[in-house]
Amino acid sequence: MAQAAQTPIVDVRDLKVEFRRREQSVAAVNGVTFSLMPGEVLTILGESGSGKSVTLKALMGLVPDYAHVSGTALVAGKDVVGMSKDELRKIRGPVVSMIFQEPMTALDPVFTIGDQIAEIIRTHEGLSHRAAMKRALELLEMVSIPSAARRLKNYPHEMSGGMRQRAMIAMALACRPSVLLADEPTTALDVTVQIQILLLLRQIQKEMGMAVVFVTHDVGVAAEISDQVAVMYAGRLVETGTVYEVLSERSHPYTEGLLSSTVHGGMKGQPLDMIRGQPPNLAALPPGCSFAPRCNQAAESCHRVDAPSVTLGPGRLVRCIRAQPLLAAE
Amino acid sequence: MSTPAPYKVYMPPVPEEIRGGKAQPLLIVDKLRKYFPVRGGVLNRVTAMVKAVDDVTFEVQKGEVLGIVGESGCGKSTTARLVMQLIKPDAGTLVYDGDPVGAFRGISVSALRRKVQMVFQESFASLNPRLSISDSISYAPKMHGTPRAEADERTERLLRDVGLNPAQFARRYPHELSGGQRQRVNIARALALEPKLLILDESVSALDKSVEAQVLNLLVELKQKRDLTYMFISHDLNVVEFISDRVLVMYLGKVVETGPVDEIYRNPRHPYTKALLRSKPSFDPAHRTTEMPLTGDPPSPLNPPSGCRFRTRCAFAESVCAAKVPELAATPDSPPQHEVSCHMFVAGSGHSRAISGGLS
Ligand SMILES: Nc1ncnc2c1ncn2[C@@H]1O[C@H](COP(=O)(O)OP(=O)(O)OP(=O)(O)O)[C@@H](O)[C@H]1O
Ligand SMILES: Nc1ncnc2c1ncn2[C@@H]1O[C@H](COP(=O)(O)OP(=O)(O)O)[C@@H](O)[C@H]1O
Ligand code: SF4
Ligand SMILES: [Mg+2]
Ligand SMILES: [Mg+2]
Repeated sequence: MAQAAQTPIVDVRDLKVEFRRREQSVAAVNGVTFSLMPGEVLTILGESGSGKSVTLKALMGLVPDYAHVSGTALVAGKDVVGMSKDELRKIRGPVVSMIFQEPMTALDPVFTIGDQIAEIIRTHEGLSHRAAMKRALELLEMVSIPSAARRLKNYPHEMSGGMRQRAMIAMALACRPSVLLADEPTTALDVTVQIQILLLLRQIQKEMGMAVVFVTHDVGVAAEISDQVAVMYAGRLVETGTVYEVLSERSHPYTEGLLSSTVHGGMKGQPLDMIRGQPPNLAALPPGCSFAPRCNQAAESCHRVDAPSVTLGPGRLVRCIRAQPLLAAE
Repeated sequence: MSTPAPYKVYMPPVPEEIRGGKAQPLLIVDKLRKYFPVRGGVLNRVTAMVKAVDDVTFEVQKGEVLGIVGESGCGKSTTARLVMQLIKPDAGTLVYDGDPVGAFRGISVSALRRKVQMVFQESFASLNPRLSISDSISYAPKMHGTPRAEADERTERLLRDVGLNPAQFARRYPHELSGGQRQRVNIARALALEPKLLILDESVSALDKSVEAQVLNLLVELKQKRDLTYMFISHDLNVVEFISDRVLVMYLGKVVETGPVDEIYRNPRHPYTKALLRSKPSFDPAHRTTEMPLTGDPPSPLNPPSGCRFRTRCAFAESVCAAKVPELAATPDSPPQHEVSCHMFVAGSGHSRAISGGLS
């Protein structure tokens, strides 16, 4: 047991996902490295198109056939990169499961919520329909769905957004996964419902000792849920560390730009800091550091050579030439 | 079903010397109402009403930013579409700069639509994919008879004003722009008829944070430069706090609280406003939210609760809350512009915490 606590439950090294098409290829994930201990919550924070969802899908083996995946992604000790479809099906559910960004596309409109959850339990644990339904009921109760017994018989479209998202969480937890991947599970929800879901996820995660990779573009949400934070830009993690380190030290210029351009209380009456320009086109990444064209601290060499990955401590990485002590001192 | 009051209530125009003056609100919205019928059953009869906007009253002063917040479905967009006259109200009056809208000797709907413009959330859907950026922007002025050369010159200036280099962008098409750039084009297009009032409905909500900051800065700058007035609709409480002078909080088709932005954010009185503000994620991992400010989802606006619409989620609800609709009114212990609609702030309402006790 003590041994297990030392081994990461997720260990990703130099993960790359490239969507190759005849006309062009899109480098969606561009060498991502991180690891996660059991029972910890890591948040991938980044803007639209930075590669967050593709990273999670790669961890589930859910990328399309024309995607070219390389690197390693150990989940509970097994590499999902290059894993056969059969093996993948076996680990999805009991080892790793996912809450999707668009709950409507993940839920089947023609089956009731109860049937969908029971089906997953039956496939993986070979329970009877009756026993599986009983578990489904417990799961709906666990995610605080009121009158759960009645809700089991609902179709997805008969539920509100918040209820649907709770049902999705129940479904993802059905086989007690060691790793939960949560792709913006609260983005489509009202703030009053969002905070309920975040508190619920935090509580269940603690109780089950589950590791969570949580994806969001919202700094506030990251501050509420994470132990570790990884900031993603143009398919790369540009800064990683504990939530305290990343949000307070902001060692990468992009992290600094993102956090100070995010509006929150007490910014009234002054112009907002902003990052100029827009995120790069992943089909035509600039040479050197991908952030260089927008960076207000870029050195001449940033436009030519890749930024080095600078280790500031265990799990604390910054991919920027300015993070090198020698250069920072000049 | 009761017949709704006729919309075109006659209101005499304001005397010439007051109309257009500084003190005259740019917009007065009085008891605006829109119920959408819901049909069902084999006979496709009206089975229920969605009370999307129900007796909503507010004013927009010249040069201010009025923020409107509330959960999805509370009636923010319907209010905006009613003000623009894109849909017909069931009841209520609208007075634009002293002129009753659509009334005898008032301002016509088409004249209003020139003075009030709207920018939507979906930057793609609102641009014609077959028109170049400059044609999109100059379309309305040309339709309204602005000479070609003048319209083109104005378009160039507008592009520059919204931070897009005309040489680079004028001939492009919508699909060749990023979301932030498209939203700049939408703003330029809304400004092309030189309106006085801009209604921004979730206009920055779909943008990335780094781009959202650019567009917010642009809106602040344009407002000063062009003497504009904004109605700024958003579900993002932080953005509304940043940009607004006054705030309107809506819940299920009703205004529950309104006042100066600092009052609303520092001293919220209505239990819903309090819960809404406490639901904002904290930006400090050392001070995380530990209690749920509210439970459950907002109820459906189909046949909403009687009395106070918030009572089904309110921790202070008592029998009077189910029996009587609370009026939106000033409270004795806040500035007069701060109005709340809750029985706890009405002396003698029959609520056990009425006024003297209050909250917290
Ligand atoms: N199946 C696919 N084929 C080709 N390109 C794809 C595919 N899926 C994603 N992409 C591209 O990969 C990049 C990263 O996409 P991803 O969905 O991971 O973004 P994201 O960070 O999750 O953004 P958002 O916050 O908008 O959800 C984008 O440029 C996207 O267009
Ligand atoms: N054309 C319509 N027909 C029927 N119901 C509508 C229509 N437009 C809006 N509604 C309903 O009115 C309510 C208020 O909607 P809306 O004003 O769009 O809310 P918000 O902008 O605050 O999210 C919602 O319940 C919505 O479903
Ligand atoms: S009127 Fe009653 S139910 Fe409504 S907010 Fe006040 S106390 Fe709560
Ligand atoms: Mg995504
Ligand atoms: Mg809306």
